[in-house]
Amino acid sequence: MTAQQHPAPIEGTHLFDGIAAAKGFELNAMCYSFNEAANRAAFLADEDAYCARFNLTSDQREAVAKRDVLGMIAAGGNIYYLAKLAGIFGLNVQDVGALQTGKSVPEFKQFLLDQAQQIKQLEATHG
Amino acid sequence: MAEIVGAYFTSHVPAIGGAIHKGLQQDPYWKPFFDGFDKVHEWLAQVKPDVAIVFNNDHGLNFFLDKMPTFAVGAAHEYHNADEGWGLPLYKSFQGHTELSWHLIEHLVESEFDVTTCQKMLVDHALSIPFELAWPDVDAWPVKIVPFAINTVQHPLPSAKRCLALGRAVHEALKTWQGDERIVIIGTGGLSHQLDGERAGFINAEYDKFCLDNLSKDPDALTQHSIHEMVRLSGTQGVEILNWIAARGALGEAAASEIHRNYHIPISNTAAATLLLEPDALVGA
Repeated sequence: MTAQQHPAPIEGTHLFDGIAAAKGFELNAMCYSFNEAANRAAFLADEDAYCARFNLTSDQREAVAKRDVLGMIAAGGNIYYLAKLAGIFGLNVQDVGALQTGKSVPEFKQFLLDQAQQIKQLEATHG
Repeated sequence: MAEIVGAYFTSHVPAIGGAIHKGLQQDPYWKPFFDGFDKVHEWLAQVKPDVAIVFNNDHGLNFFLDKMPTFAVGAAHEYHNADEGWGLPLYKSFQGHTELSWHLIEHLVESEFDVTTCQKMLVDHALSIPFELAWPDVDAWPVKIVPFAINTVQHPLPSAKRCLALGRAVHEALKTWQGDERIVIIGTGGLSHQLDGERAGFINAEYDKFCLDNLSKDPDALTQHSIHEMVRLSGTQGVEILNWIAARGALGEAAASEIHRNYHIPISNTAAATLLLEPDALVGA
């Protein structure tokens, strides 16, 4: 195996690869079902029953119950599908970002705004 | 003789759709992004395209993980948006250009791009938002479309080199198209952003600048990075730059001129960019 086949991991980053896709199939399938309003209502009406219909693994069920986004990702969840679940709880991608980074939502939003400084730094470097 | 009038690239952050819906274009948060579209409107009014070939990625509306094509090409008469699950407004439908779709598919498969063909394909915010930005206040889109969906969701993703080659094969196919349409190429998504993991919120203006600086004159420069390196440099969702790379390929191998660029941090969790390129020489069949 060369270094190229096993590149160094990227900190704080979980690639959604075949292993994750296989592990997360049930969880992502449930989230995909939330494209339909009736399914979102059914989840809200009886979360346990709805999760049982999709045969979530115990890790997946626990992460969903705790609204633990990093736990869902560890259990194979893909963020595009998880976003549909987050939407049911009224959470947007800043809320989800805050949950994953241990920041409050205002702190996470400020973190994003502060990155505009990168543009000024580049202009200073490149003129 | 068909003519490729140029290429239009922009981000497709879902929140942009919400801002349009709520009329927030002049709101201080949104204005720096929306101001980048005056030039786009002016350019489109001038070049008057009637067909758009669009490179984008599905976000779990049309494709689920049970079947995940690397490159999918629409060959439908119509393309509809649908409920994506998080309360986005439902977007207008698109008219397809099936004859052109099949012409491209024929040429691509002959060129050993074994694409998935879709006579039914839902399109999500990745396609609709760039159109809402380009043609605000129209009742129906002024162009017919041929959509390409590139897998930017489930690794392994196609390499930047392969995406550029796909676009160039589309360009070659357009050279033998007998129609007389005016064709605009569209690439959507990006630029750097990461929604998931402890690194959520990652943005890299330097890599984005590298991409924007090279797309016009030297798009091959973008193929030097592996997908893994691109994730490191641009974030897990920043790999949507693959759509831009494919679109740049469809503009042809020759150098192009940048006629407009807007770059703004942040829109939602994303470094948002808008770019217009024109081919240096008239590109026709």
